[in-house]
Formats: sequence, structure tokens, C-alpha cells
Amino acid sequence: MSHREAMLPALPPPPGVTRRASLSHYIGLAALGFWIAASVGIFLFVVDSWSVEKLTKYGPNFISGLGVTLTLVSISVVLGGILSLPIAYGRMSKNKVLSWIAYVYVYFFRGTPLITQLFLVYYGFGSFRPYLEAVGLWTFFRDAWFCALLTFTLNTAAYQAEILRGAIQSVPRGQHEGAAALGLPKRIAFFKIILPQAMIVALRPYGNEIILMIKGSAIVAIVTVFDLMGETRRAFSRTYDFQMYLWAAVLYLIMVEMLRNLWAWIEVRLTRHLKR
Amino acid sequence: MQAAFAALSTFVSWFDPFCGPVGILQLLSPDSLMSCGDKGWGDEIAYGFLITASLAICTLPVGLFLGFFIALAKQSEEKSLRLATNIYTTIFRGLPELLTLFIVYYGLQIVAQQVMAALGYEGPVEINAFIAGMIALGVVFSAYCSEVLLSAFKAIPRGQYEAGDALGFHRGRTMRLIILPQLVRIALPGLGNLWMALLKDTALVSIIGLPDILRQTGVAARVTKHAFEFFSLACLLFLVLAMVSSVVFSTLERYTKRSEVGR
Repeated sequence: MSHREAMLPALPPPPGVTRRASLSHYIGLAALGFWIAASVGIFLFVVDSWSVEKLTKYGPNFISGLGVTLTLVSISVVLGGILSLPIAYGRMSKNKVLSWIAYVYVYFFRGTPLITQLFLVYYGFGSFRPYLEAVGLWTFFRDAWFCALLTFTLNTAAYQAEILRGAIQSVPRGQHEGAAALGLPKRIAFFKIILPQAMIVALRPYGNEIILMIKGSAIVAIVTVFDLMGETRRAFSRTYDFQMYLWAAVLYLIMVEMLRNLWAWIEVRLTRHLKR
Repeated sequence: MQAAFAALSTFVSWFDPFCGPVGILQLLSPDSLMSCGDKGWGDEIAYGFLITASLAICTLPVGLFLGFFIALAKQSEEKSLRLATNIYTTIFRGLPELLTLFIVYYGLQIVAQQVMAALGYEGPVEINAFIAGMIALGVVFSAYCSEVLLSAFKAIPRGQYEAGDALGFHRGRTMRLIILPQLVRIALPGLGNLWMALLKDTALVSIIGLPDILRQTGVAARVTKHAFEFFSLACLLFLVLAMVSSVVFSTLERYTKRSEVGR
């Protein structure tokens, strides 16, 4: 049996992994450089045309516009959520007439642009003024804010009904059967077993829908409601200063990002029992 | 060249579904609101329909192309590339489309004016509303598209890339022959939704003055005082576009899934 008498001489360390600078590295640096250049450019542009006067004059308008946007969106999302319940019920109903009506409603509101619907309500119902005055609804349809609220409510109800239906139908059949095997009445099974599971599925689409509504609500500026976009347009038309749009962009981005992060937090919180 | 264009437009007008020789609006009496002559609004609104459809169709390739490369960048190993593209999608998914459109329209005007001023031209510079709309909608579309494509990329197992390596394909060929066909199949439903959103967003371009469906019907509504009828017509035309595209997309989906039918 032979064995070594002396230690083997230590080998030199392996050559370090030198990563070749790839094309994507340069593209990435160029893209980041572009963003940095853009933000510096925008910053310089804003500084160049900055004046405290403008801020004190139009700043409060922007805040009130923000308030209008948030009020409009939150009321219409809540009302739309209530209205979506019968629509979702109709969509899932076995009654042909009911499900057909709900389908047509949803198809109409999802298939046409929100702005066309808004024009239809605001300008279109305006042409029925004598009838509306006779019924006493004219004060409602005369006001652009109420028209926007009505349109948004009807629109978001269609989307929310689809979200709700999709979520309820995503609960596996076995859950219904399990409830039936336990002898639970249908109502209790729905509220205690099906709905809680459906709501977890529906959470993310609901968040997206609210974000879509916030973004979509900008179009009310066209029908003379002074929401954030409307105030921006008014300030721009008075000053011809492009930075008004940049302020609005920042405000919208902050709103959407806050909501997105809040929703992510809620989702993590509510689904913590599903983590393994 | 002019003659060629004229001939082409006459040729195309034969197949016009609204005001052509076999168009549905020719069935109306020439004095009605929707007839095709000078008295009716049929030809104006048909033109708006054409503008809306062509804006959406022209935006689609731009958005898809940009979105594809952004999706590639988002799954790259380069941190800087990922960061840059995430900034892009955060901005353009967070901004209202209307605001993006205004920023592009007025911002481009300012930039163009300054560039022209630097070149020694001191006159009013106008940006074409169609181009501005194409850029704004294309950018928004690409931001959403990159998310759809990214999740489709994630659904393709690593083994598919390794198979490409094993066959000795270089990266472009693996992408073209192995990954893309599967990517299209997975991403098609998501892209269909984005296309519908794009169609609806084109209505916003009417606000910066492009004579699309909404603008043309709006003008007709103001002139004739039949607002309800004309805006209902606008809704109907958008519904027609939505229906046509859902037929096209379901055909496409069946086509891309034809290899799965036998199973």
C-alpha cells in the first residue's frame, strides 16, 4: 500500500469569473441614462418656469380637483358595487331572459368607450329636456357632475358584475358539494363558504377596477367637471405653462401607486392563511 | 402618383361597407340624416369609423413591438435594464390615458418648436393628431403588453430554451422557432383584452381634434340637435368594432391552438 509522504503543492486559485460586458448591459445603462436625463430635463424645465405665484394661485385648485376626482370615483365604485350584485345574479341565473338582459348590459358597457357613454348621458339626455323637466329629473341631468356619476356607476357596475361572476364561478364545485354534504342551507353555504373564497379571487381585479376608474375619471374634464384633469386644463389654458400637466401627472401617479401598494398589502394580509 | 392614389381610393371606395355601391347607408333615402350625400352625415361618420379603425390598427404593431422588447428587458439579468423598464411601465400604467395623450401632444409640440427654433425656423409648429395619438396609445399599450408578455414568458418552461440549445440553435432562432409560437398561444387572450382597451382608448383622440367616430358624431349631434341618436350611433359603431375583433380573436385563438385539438 502506497501513500503520499508530502502534501500536494497548493494549486493557484481558479481564475475569477470575469463577466463580459454584454449588449444588454450597455442598453440598460443607456435606458437608465435616458430616464435620468429626462428627469433632469423636466426638473430644469420646471425650475425655469417656476413661480410661487402660480403655485399659490393654482395649487389649491389642484387640491380641490383631487377631491372631486376622489369623491366621484369612490361614490361611483360603491354604488356600482351595489348595482353589480343584481347584474352578476342575472348573469349567472338559469332564467334565459334575465341572463340575456344582464349579458347585453355588460356587453354594452364593456364594449363602448367610457367617454362615449358619458357623452350619451350628458349631451344625449339633454335632447329630452322637455320630458325630463316634466318628470322632474332635469336638475339631475343638467349637472355634468351627476351625469358623470351616473355614467361611472353604470359602467363600473358592468365591470364589477363580471369580476364578481368570475370569482364566484372560480370556486370549485366540490365546495358546493361539501356544503351540501354538511346539510347547510344554500344561503348559508353561499355566504359562509362560497363568497369568502370568491372575494379573495376578486380582490385583485377589484383593485385594478378602482385604478381604472381613477384613470378613466379624467375624461369628466371634457364635460366641464373640474376634477384634477379639469383644473389642470383650466390652469393650462390660462398660463400656457406645460408644467401644469406634469403636476397633474405626479398627482395621478401618487394616487395610483398608493392604491396599488395598499392593495398589495391588503392581499398579503388577507391571504396569509394560504401561504405554506 | 396623384392619379395612382385617386385610383386606389376609388377602388377602395367600392368596398366601403357604409357608403360604397353596396353600402348599407345607400338603402336610406337621400334626405335622411344618415344618407351619404351632402345632406346626410353618413359619409362623415363612415370616415370617422375608418379613422378610428386605422388608428387602432396602426398603433397595434408599434405597441406590440415595444412591448415585446420591454418584456425581454424585464426578465434580463441586468439590474439597470430591469429598473429602467419598470419605471417605464409604472409611469405609463399609472397615468390616465387622456393625460398621456395631452402630455405627448403638447409636450411634442414644445420639443418640436424648440428643435425648429434651434434650426432657425420661427413659425408655428403643429403636431399631427394622428401621430400624437399613435405615440400616446402605443406607449400605453406597450406598457400593458409587456406585463402580459412577461407573464407568458414565465409560463414557458426553461426546458424549452435548453431544447433550443441542444439543437444547436442560436438565441434568435430559439426565440423565433420555439419560444414565440408558444408565447403567442399563451398571451393571445391577454392581448385580446388589451386590443379591446386600445379600441376604446382611441375615442380619446377625438379631444385633440382627430376626426374619429366620436368627433364626427359629436359634430353631427351639435349641428342637427339629435344628440341622443348620434351618440347612440357612436356607441353602436364601437360595439361593431368590438364584435368584429372578438370574432377575429376567437379565430386566431383557434388557429394557434390547432395543435392541441387532437389531445
